Amino acid sequence: MLVDSPPEQSADPKAAVSAPEPVRRHALRAAGLLLAVGVLALVCVASIAIGAKPVPVDDVWHGLFQNSGTGNDVVIRDLRVPRTVLGLLAGVALGLSGAVMQALTRNPLAEPGLLGVNAGASAAVVTAISFFGVTSISEYVWFAFLGAGVVSVGVYLLGGSRGATPVRLALAGTAATAALFGYVNAVQLLDSAALDRLRFWTVGSLASADPATIGKVAPFIAAGVVLALLIARPLNAMEMGDDTARALGAHINRTRALAMAAVTLLCGAATAACGPIVFIGLMVPHLVRAVTGPDMRWILPYAAVLSPVLLLGSDVVGRMVARPSELQVGVVTAFIGGPVFIHLVRRKRMAQL
Amino acid sequence: MKAVKAIRTPGGLSVRVDPRAALVVLLLLAAALAVAVVLVGSGDFPMAPGEVVATLLGDGTAAQEFIVRDVRLPRVLVALLVGAALAVGGALFQSISRNPLGSPDVLGFAQGSSVGALVVIVLFRGDSLATAGGAMAGGLATGAAVYLLAWKRGVHGYRLVLVGIGIAAMLAGAIHYLVTKADLVDATRAVVWMTGSLDGRDWSHFWPLLAVCAVLIPLSLLYGRPLRMLEMGDDAAYALGIGVERTRAVLMGSAVLLTAVATAAAGPIVFVALSAPQLARRLTRSPGPNVAASAVMGAVLLVVADLVATSAFGDRRLPVGVVTGVLGGVYLLWLLVTERKAGRI
Repeated sequence: MLVDSPPEQSADPKAAVSAPEPVRRHALRAAGLLLAVGVLALVCVASIAIGAKPVPVDDVWHGLFQNSGTGNDVVIRDLRVPRTVLGLLAGVALGLSGAVMQALTRNPLAEPGLLGVNAGASAAVVTAISFFGVTSISEYVWFAFLGAGVVSVGVYLLGGSRGATPVRLALAGTAATAALFGYVNAVQLLDSAALDRLRFWTVGSLASADPATIGKVAPFIAAGVVLALLIARPLNAMEMGDDTARALGAHINRTRALAMAAVTLLCGAATAACGPIVFIGLMVPHLVRAVTGPDMRWILPYAAVLSPVLLLGSDVVGRMVARPSELQVGVVTAFIGGPVFIHLVRRKRMAQL
Repeated sequence: MKAVKAIRTPGGLSVRVDPRAALVVLLLLAAALAVAVVLVGSGDFPMAPGEVVATLLGDGTAAQEFIVRDVRLPRVLVALLVGAALAVGGALFQSISRNPLGSPDVLGFAQGSSVGALVVIVLFRGDSLATAGGAMAGGLATGAAVYLLAWKRGVHGYRLVLVGIGIAAMLAGAIHYLVTKADLVDATRAVVWMTGSLDGRDWSHFWPLLAVCAVLIPLSLLYGRPLRMLEMGDDAAYALGIGVERTRAVLMGSAVLLTAVATAAAGPIVFVALSAPQLARRLTRSPGPNVAASAVMGAVLLVVADLVATSAFGDRRLPVGVVTGVLGGVYLLWLLVTERKAGRI
């Protein structure tokens, strides 16, 4: 029932007309990817230049390359650059993990939030703060990572081992989410110090970025990215169903295990560093599929480039609309992502999923 | 085939009664009342079940009369009705969306109610009645928005679920933002409210709840059969003479109102709406929405959860929503395991 419908062909009408020419379509897709990389570079510059204290672009370059300790240099080097780097990493991680999850489960609703990964990370962070007295992000990164990993593997084994069906997986995720957030609520209610810390973490924000956090999560995200890109081809085969995939020579169980490992690394690290950020992992792969068609070898790179565009763009918007304070990026992505998602749901024939 | 008896009145009205379902409803009702009596008797001033019943019948001491009539009875009655209302709302939603996940929690009503309540708590510092009003308004607005956004030549199951998930995610963002805006006292109050709690519920919470349930639960029962036809698909239902969109609109409206009024009374208590209809379906072994069995199952679940929350952790009385969340999650995990063994999922 929840199996993804055969994804649409390229949304570009010209590409559709010349569809029999695969070479031309590849060239178009490659050009589109280059364009997306250009947009990402622009968004990164905007993320460094725009904020509570506007910095002229000249000073941005000055701060980046010849740190001489002016006020603008300090803002750029100590606040804006780490924040942008973290946004970049988290965006790549969330986009790729969403795309892999959707392919793996053949479930268009698959998302770190729905499958309980955010809840697992939250529960582990609550435990760390309340029972182990952990206070700094670079320490509870490990707990969040562990929680996300345990839950995503657990949900997948429970919902999916031996013939995963999308409904089972979604139900398993929902069940885990409910049980874990019940626990989180109980701890928060009994320990208001934990509540005070966690309410800022659970909203999803890049504001607490610092080089130590980035250093902790970057290796995990890098490993996850490599893993995800490596399994693009077997994931393509698995989209056609287990039997067909087997007939095409794909190692189904191995691919599933690798995909789970990739998702765990990516979601765990991103959620640990920024808190649960909704919708990037759900929305970007949907948008990308409308442009690239069903081929995972194109979906994954596109998602990896466009997700940080959306995340950093949202972060910039959040800093601009609520000056002098700011709207956390998790709030902004929800409010940008929600309408786009609903539009997609209405436009495509989602009812047939 | 199982035995289904049809009872026909001289006026031409006929009611089909499935003996197994009727037995299940009766047993669950008895269980709900028994637990309710125990719940009335538990607390800082413990009373034996016999004493509770005697007091209810007018034979108690003055102190017992006060404790039962003014303090514990309204709380327990609110629990029973909230459980029933949430479960019926969940049964209707799951049936209309033809999806076991199509429950109000997933479709964003809980989040809508939470936003309404948080706006009152955080921005206006309103009292508990104003908070309930805000929750009701938020839930209804969300229900209307989801229905309108999912409308496209009729409302179809998966589009409804997907639109609901989109709205729910947006509202969750708003909730988190409001919690960060609040000072710690208000934030704590907000988290307690969002967990779902029965503490301090009195008769003023009970009467509006009773009025809504007394109208909408029987209405939902009457529409049980058309809804069962609807589960076979819109075309089949049309062919059988069901007014498809009217049935769906009436039942959606009832489900939204029931959920909103329950949430206004006790906060967004999770999982009763999701699990009670599934449990009821397994006990009655009959398809369709199982409105009556779901209602009593919801009532049982909520009073049991409240009993556990208030008595199992020593001096620390937790809000009931904590227990429904954890128990519900564990229950669903168990369900998944047994379903797989039976090969049904």
